[in-house]
Amino acid sequence: MSFLEIRRLKKRYGALEILKGIDLTLEKGGFLVLVGPSGCGKSTMLNMIAGLDTISEGEISIDGAVINNLHPSKRDIAMVFQSYALYPNMTVEQNMAFGMEMRRVPKAERDAAVAEVAKTLQLGHLLKRRPSQLSGGQRQRVAMGRALVRHPRVFLFDEPLSNLDAKLRVDMRTEIKRLHQSTGTTIVYVTHDQIEAMTLATKIAVLKEGVLQQVGAPHEIYNHPANLFVADFMGSPSMNLITGKIARANGAASVMLERADGAPIALPAPRGADVGRLIDGQAVIMGIRPEAITDRDGADRNSTGVSMVDARVDVVQPAGSDTFVVTRIAGKEVTARMRAEIDVQPGQTVPFAFNLDKALLFDPASGARL
Amino acid sequence: MSVDALAAPPQRDPSRSSLTTRIVIYGLLGFFAIVYLLPLVVMVMTSLKPLDEVTGGNMFALPREPSFDAWTKAWGTTCVGLTCEGIKGYFWNSIKMVVPAVLISTMLGALNGYVLTKWRFAGHRLVFGLMLFACFIPFQSVIIPMAVILGDLGQLGNFFTDNLGVSLGFGNPTVNLVIVHTVYGLGFTTLFFRNYYEAFPTELVKSAMIDGAGFFQIFWRILLPNSAPIFIVTVIYQFTNIWNDFLFGATFAAGDQSPMTVAVNNVVNTSTGIIEYNVNMAAAIIAAAPTLLVYIVAGRYFVRGLMAGAVKG
Repeated sequence: MSFLEIRRLKKRYGALEILKGIDLTLEKGGFLVLVGPSGCGKSTMLNMIAGLDTISEGEISIDGAVINNLHPSKRDIAMVFQSYALYPNMTVEQNMAFGMEMRRVPKAERDAAVAEVAKTLQLGHLLKRRPSQLSGGQRQRVAMGRALVRHPRVFLFDEPLSNLDAKLRVDMRTEIKRLHQSTGTTIVYVTHDQIEAMTLATKIAVLKEGVLQQVGAPHEIYNHPANLFVADFMGSPSMNLITGKIARANGAASVMLERADGAPIALPAPRGADVGRLIDGQAVIMGIRPEAITDRDGADRNSTGVSMVDARVDVVQPAGSDTFVVTRIAGKEVTARMRAEIDVQPGQTVPFAFNLDKALLFDPASGARL
Repeated sequence: MSVDALAAPPQRDPSRSSLTTRIVIYGLLGFFAIVYLLPLVVMVMTSLKPLDEVTGGNMFALPREPSFDAWTKAWGTTCVGLTCEGIKGYFWNSIKMVVPAVLISTMLGALNGYVLTKWRFAGHRLVFGLMLFACFIPFQSVIIPMAVILGDLGQLGNFFTDNLGVSLGFGNPTVNLVIVHTVYGLGFTTLFFRNYYEAFPTELVKSAMIDGAGFFQIFWRILLPNSAPIFIVTVIYQFTNIWNDFLFGATFAAGDQSPMTVAVNNVVNTSTGIIEYNVNMAAAIIAAAPTLLVYIVAGRYFVRGLMAGAVKG
C-alpha cells in the first residue's frame, strides 16, 4: 500500500465536474508533480488533499488512514502557497512558530525547532524581520521554513515559484530539490511549468480538464507520452507534430509527409510504434522532438534510424548553446535543434537529420499513441 | 533672443498664464476657507468676551480682555434645564455612551465582514444586501419600534430589580443608547469591513487553518492585526455619528441622563433670563471638541483607509 493514495477522486461544483475520477498513488519520500494548463483541476486537487476543499466523491488516504473528513490542521500536512501567505503582522520567527503555538507546543521546544530550520535554510539573520522587509526569494524560503518546521507527513506546494523572477526561480528550484534529497520528505507539487515538473519530480501526473492523462517517471512522460496532449505539453520547445499518411509496401510501413514546395517525404515508420497494425493510407500524426532533428554531424551516431531530408530554412533562432532552425513540412512549422556553430541562413535548403528512433506516431482522431 | 524667436508670431508666455490660474485657484480656495471657518472664529471670539461686550459690540471685533470665564461657567455652573451644574455631567454621559457603542459596533462589523468574506455560507449575498439596507433606513422611521423594544427591556430591568436588587443595565438610558447606536451602526461597519476583507488574501486564512488556528484565533491573530486602516475609518465614522446624534439622544434619554448634544440644546434654548451668548458658544465648542480631536489625531488614516476599502470590493 502506498503512502499517499487517491482513489476515484471527484470534485463537483453544482453540475460542473472539475475532477472526473482521479486515481493516483505516491510512495513515501516521493516527489509527485501535478502538471497541466490553468483550469485543469490541479490546484483543486491539492486543496482537497490539504482539506481546504471538500471531496465530492472518492477517497484520500495518508499512511493507510482515510483523511476525507479530517480538519486541515489534523491531517499533518504543510502547505506552501503561491503568494507565500506569510502573516504580515508577525516576524519571521513568529510566522514559523505559529503552527506550533496553535498546537500548544511549549515555547522552548518551538524556539529550538525554529532555530534548527533557520539553520538549514540560512534564515538565522532574518528571524526578527517582518515579511514586508524581505525580498521575494527570502519570503519563499521563510514559507518553506514554516512548512518544514512542523515535520509534516506530506508537503504540499502550490505553484511556489511562479511569483519569482526567472533567475531566482532556477535557484529556488535547485534548493527545493536539495531539500527533498536531504530530508526525504513526501511532496506533492503543483505547477503549470513543465520544466519544473521534469527537473523536480520522481513522478509526474499530467492533468487536462479534470482527467488524468498520464502518470509516470519524468523520462517516461517525456519519451513515451501516452497521447498528443502530453506530447505537446511536455518539453520546450514543444514536440513537432506533423500530419501524414501511412504507406505500406513489401511488409514495411513508411510515413508520407506532404510538402507545399517539393515532393512528399517518405520516412520509415518509427520502430517505437506498433508497425504491424498500421494500415495503408491510414492518417497519422508523427511526433518528433526538436532534439531528434539535427544537422548531419549532430545526429546521434548510436541511432539506427537516421533519415536525411532536405528542407528550406524558414527561421533561424540562435539560443547560445544550440541553434533552433525552423522549416515547414506538411503545412506545419517544424523546429530542429542544431549545433550552435552551424552556419545556416533563412531561405537556404539544408539537410535535416531525422532520428526516427525517437519519433512517435499518434492517432489523429483519439490522440492516443500508436 | 534668437532670430527664430523674433520671427515667430508673439506667443503667450506659458508661465504667466499658469500664474493667473494659480492666483484664481488659490484666491477661490482662500475665500471659501474663510467662509467655512468664519462661524468657528466668531464662536471662539464670542466665547472669550464678557457678556456686555458681546451684546454691546461688533460680532467680528476681537475681544478686548479675553477671559475663559464663559468656558468655566459653561462647564461647571450654567443651567441645563432646571439644574445649574454646567454641562460636565452630560459630557461624561456622552463619553459613557460613545465609547462602548463605537467599540461594540466596530467589533461586530469586523466579525460580520470576516464571516461574509472568509466563511461564506449559502445566502451570504442576501444577508449582506439586507445589512446594506440598514444604511438607508431613516432615523425617524425606527423611533417608535425602537421605543417599544426599549420599553420591554425596561420592564425586564424592573423585573431584575424586584427579584435580584439590580437591573443588570436593562432600562438604563445610557445602555439603551448604546444598544440603539450599535444596531443602527452595524450596517455601516459591516459594509466597511466586508469591502476591506474582500481584498484580504484568503490564502492567509487557509494557511492559518492548516496551522491549526480556529475561527476566532484566525480573526484575532490574523485579520484584526492587519485591519488598522479600516478600523480607524470605522472608529472615526462611528464616533462622529454617535457623538453628534441628537434625535436618539433626545428621544431615549431624559433629564440628567441626556447626552451632550441634548444638553447643549437645553442650554441654548432656555426661555428664562438673559441669553448668555458667550456661555452658549463655549458650550457648543466643548460639544464639538471630541470629534475635532479625533479627526486631527487620526484624520490622515481616514483618507488612506477609505481608499483601501474602495479599490476592491
